[in-house]
Amino acid sequence: MRMGGSESGSDLKLMGTKLSPFSYRIEWALQLKGIHYEFVEEDLKNKSSLLLQLNPVYKKVPVLIHEQKSLSESLIILEYIDETWKHNPILPKDPLERAHARFWAKFVDEKLYEAANKALFSVGEAEQAKANESMAEALQLVEGEMMRLTKGKTLFGGDGIIGYLDIVLGWVGYWFKFGEEAAGLNITTDSTKYPAFVSWTHHFLQLPLIKNNLPTPGELLRVSRLVMLRCGKITE
Amino acid sequence: MAEEVKLFRTWSSPFALRIVWALKLKGIQYETIFEDISNKSPLLLQYNPVYKKVPVLVHNGKPVSESLVILEYIEDTWKQTPLLPEDPYERATARFWAKFVDDKLMPSIWHVFVTQGKEQDEAIPLAIENLNLIEEQLKGKKFFSGETIGLVDIAFGWMGNLISVLEMVTGLKLIDAEKFPLLQAWMQNLSDVQVIKENWPPHDKLVSKFQAIRETYLATGAPK
Repeated sequence: MRMGGSESGSDLKLMGTKLSPFSYRIEWALQLKGIHYEFVEEDLKNKSSLLLQLNPVYKKVPVLIHEQKSLSESLIILEYIDETWKHNPILPKDPLERAHARFWAKFVDEKLYEAANKALFSVGEAEQAKANESMAEALQLVEGEMMRLTKGKTLFGGDGIIGYLDIVLGWVGYWFKFGEEAAGLNITTDSTKYPAFVSWTHHFLQLPLIKNNLPTPGELLRVSRLVMLRCGKITE
Repeated sequence: MAEEVKLFRTWSSPFALRIVWALKLKGIQYETIFEDISNKSPLLLQYNPVYKKVPVLVHNGKPVSESLVILEYIEDTWKQTPLLPEDPYERATARFWAKFVDDKLMPSIWHVFVTQGKEQDEAIPLAIENLNLIEEQLKGKKFFSGETIGLVDIAFGWMGNLISVLEMVTGLKLIDAEKFPLLQAWMQNLSDVQVIKENWPPHDKLVSKFQAIRETYLATGAPK
């Protein structure tokens, strides 16, 4: 049974943006657990001295500040949140299931992310073809695991229940889709090739917690197009 | 129920060494399967189809890959001799620095190792910057985890000893005692830890291996 309840995370701030999927991960996790936090919006083109001070290694969002201690790297922050506020758990309990969750999160954020960026921003026909193939292959690996990881439920946390991999995969199911649209690609929406993934996306995006916490399609299309213009992928 | 633990590794893989240390620290009995990377066994490919790499830990027939993921699995499964502290913030900090070793520190040192001349000169500052960042984490501590070794020591440990091999092969001193007194002391303390010193791959064999690796990179890279 999912407990609601709101808990005041005393002294809890999240430095993020309203566009970054990694920042949203933390918002989803905190809201899932009903924890109050102050959102501090960063301008990534003009990073605050506080951000640079708190995350000198990567200089990125999100940064979570709890009781005046700062944390960065979204996957690490997610585990911290899960360990600090134990209700509505995000990660599975079983060690092997946890290992699988961590393994696939790493794959999604490294291999799949790299492939996605190449697919969206590569210039030139040959490069694009290669990039599309890499993305398709990487997504196929995820597709192949989905039944096992979800255990046949609609989401990784259970039927209608958000878990760690739902939070992690969010960018693929939403952000990437608009990038694809801007780039004229059609990879992740292919339900014959990726039936489990497409079904997951549908259930994920329907959740009120997610639906009410996403950038608008307009914003994502606009930003995607901007980056593509800049790198010469599309011309106005 | 009898526990069956197998570790697929190579004699030199630093990532596999992390798992050896973790298993031995916790006193877990396991069987070693040595892989030949140029001729991977069907079993390895079956257990790690995504990356096809070592290390792979197989526990009662169930495989786990990616060394940092394996370390967390070992920690979750066998509670004796914890590798991580109890406090969530300290755990997050340890995870952060272990990830930093793999994402930033190692690649920057590797880049110095596989280059020469101008390209190498340009690679050195980043490696030094990353070493500085991790040196700071040792302030007031014997090991990254405090009095005994933990996750970050295990994650960085192999580099701690391998650095002398890389320095010998390149003729470059990256971790000198003046610039990095804490890292220097840490390497000394690390080499006194039983499970570490008893499981270090043979030095001469490592020198030959990394000599050959560097030569290959330099030969196939752009001439300087």
